Amino acid sequence: MTEIPEHLRKRAAEARAKASADDGGDAAPAAATPADDAPKSEAASKIPAHLLERSKAAKSKKAGGEVEAAAPAAAAAGGGGVATAVAAAPAAPVATGPGGHTQRLLTVVKSGSIQDVKAVPQDKVHTWPHLLVVEFVACLFVLAFILIFSVFVNAPLLELANFNETPNPSKAPWYFLGLQELLTMFHPQVAGVTIPGMGMFLLILAPYIDRNPSMKPEDRKFAISLQTVHLMYWAVLTMIGSFFRGPGFNFIFPWNDGLFFEF
Amino acid sequence: MAKNKLPVSQQIQKKTSELVDSTQGSQAWSSIFRPGSIFRKGYSDSPRNRSYVIMNSVLYHLHPVKVKRHAVKVSYTLCLGGISFFTFILLTVTGIFLMFFYRPTAAQAWDDIFALQSSVTFGLLVRNMHRWSAHLMVLSVFLHMARVFYHGAYKAPREFNWVIGVMLLQFTLLLSFTGYLLPWDQLALWAVTVGTNMMGFTPVFGEQVRFVLLGGVEIGTDTLLRWYVLHVLFLPFVTVIFMAIHFWRVRKDGGISGPL
Repeated sequence: MTEIPEHLRKRAAEARAKASADDGGDAAPAAATPADDAPKSEAASKIPAHLLERSKAAKSKKAGGEVEAAAPAAAAAGGGGVATAVAAAPAAPVATGPGGHTQRLLTVVKSGSIQDVKAVPQDKVHTWPHLLVVEFVACLFVLAFILIFSVFVNAPLLELANFNETPNPSKAPWYFLGLQELLTMFHPQVAGVTIPGMGMFLLILAPYIDRNPSMKPEDRKFAISLQTVHLMYWAVLTMIGSFFRGPGFNFIFPWNDGLFFEF
Repeated sequence: MAKNKLPVSQQIQKKTSELVDSTQGSQAWSSIFRPGSIFRKGYSDSPRNRSYVIMNSVLYHLHPVKVKRHAVKVSYTLCLGGISFFTFILLTVTGIFLMFFYRPTAAQAWDDIFALQSSVTFGLLVRNMHRWSAHLMVLSVFLHMARVFYHGAYKAPREFNWVIGVMLLQFTLLLSFTGYLLPWDQLALWAVTVGTNMMGFTPVFGEQVRFVLLGGVEIGTDTLLRWYVLHVLFLPFVTVIFMAIHFWRVRKDGGISGPL
């Protein structure tokens, strides 16, 4: 990810603060200079001060160039060392801009126009400690819950398996009781295989059927309703199969006839 | 002599720090912990060390160094995937304990469970934990699936991870169902009879499916052995492989899905 590290960001902020402080220092004389120059140069001609200055610089540079061109000849004569140095010295301030700057900004190229920025910086936190602590506490809670539950509630162990004695009712494990409930309504091939098979198949295909790219609940009313109906359907079937079916798998009310349910 | 001696507490301190230095400087220590591990240089709270905790330990398999801020909110995930994984680990640990006391034959299975409960230290407690963790795992995997659906987290690029997740839900159900038979009591026998009769109605191959599942035409000692091997070896093996892919894809697809 293209997240900027904290320390680099800090360093950049410091540099920026320092630069702006320096600019503030420079800006004052820069602003003062044109004001001083204006009365001296021909203010009536309305030529901006910086243009005047630029032409002045160009003129003096040209003159300097002539001197420099003359320099090799002088060097050949024998006293050239001094002449070159003199010519170079006035050339240095000539190249400066209106504010006394030696460089200027041509244009600003935004990073997006030349670099393909694919990732935007995200708000992130360190996995340690922020995530690991949460996970550790969650694990402790689950462990404590299971341990305490296991101390007080024993897993069922009925009498030895006996093929000659069918308990009434015979029930599947609770997570299959929705299917067993379906058996009371449909042929076993439909209830026991076709419906759960189709259900699982559709569940696997969910991301390929649901082409709606939005994750917002308000854009997914149909998908959410459908899934809620689907989950409630299984939950209700499982509840009925678990608690409302007694001997002979007949419908009962648990508060009248007792519970026929083992975990 | 006595005047040159340091107080006892300082002597102990000195000895301790010498011992720590020689241990952490030893080849054995540095071969165990990677360069940059917090166990080499000690831990003080700094962004660099926070990264090193993950980066230079086995946790790097599971977690990146940084995660999205909303990913650590319990209200978003409800920890359901993590709880499923944790119950799986708990089931593995308690299951290994149970395997020491259990023989998968019709003649011995029930007696072994009974002896485990009555005469093995913590036998009853560990069996209870195994049973309740199994039910909790079915529940938490199911709720995890519902949570992911309601957040729309199965959408691109996470479609395939959803497919793996649904497979894991089915493996969870199979793991629980194969374990259901092993106590070999009336509950186990008849619950499995109902379940396998249902599977026997598979179109076209019904009889064959039932025969393969039962290892015969009826439930018997062969069924017990078959389901035992499925329960303690085959299904956990497949589940672990699918979990590895599942966790890897969570990271590769950009961490958990964004906030709504």
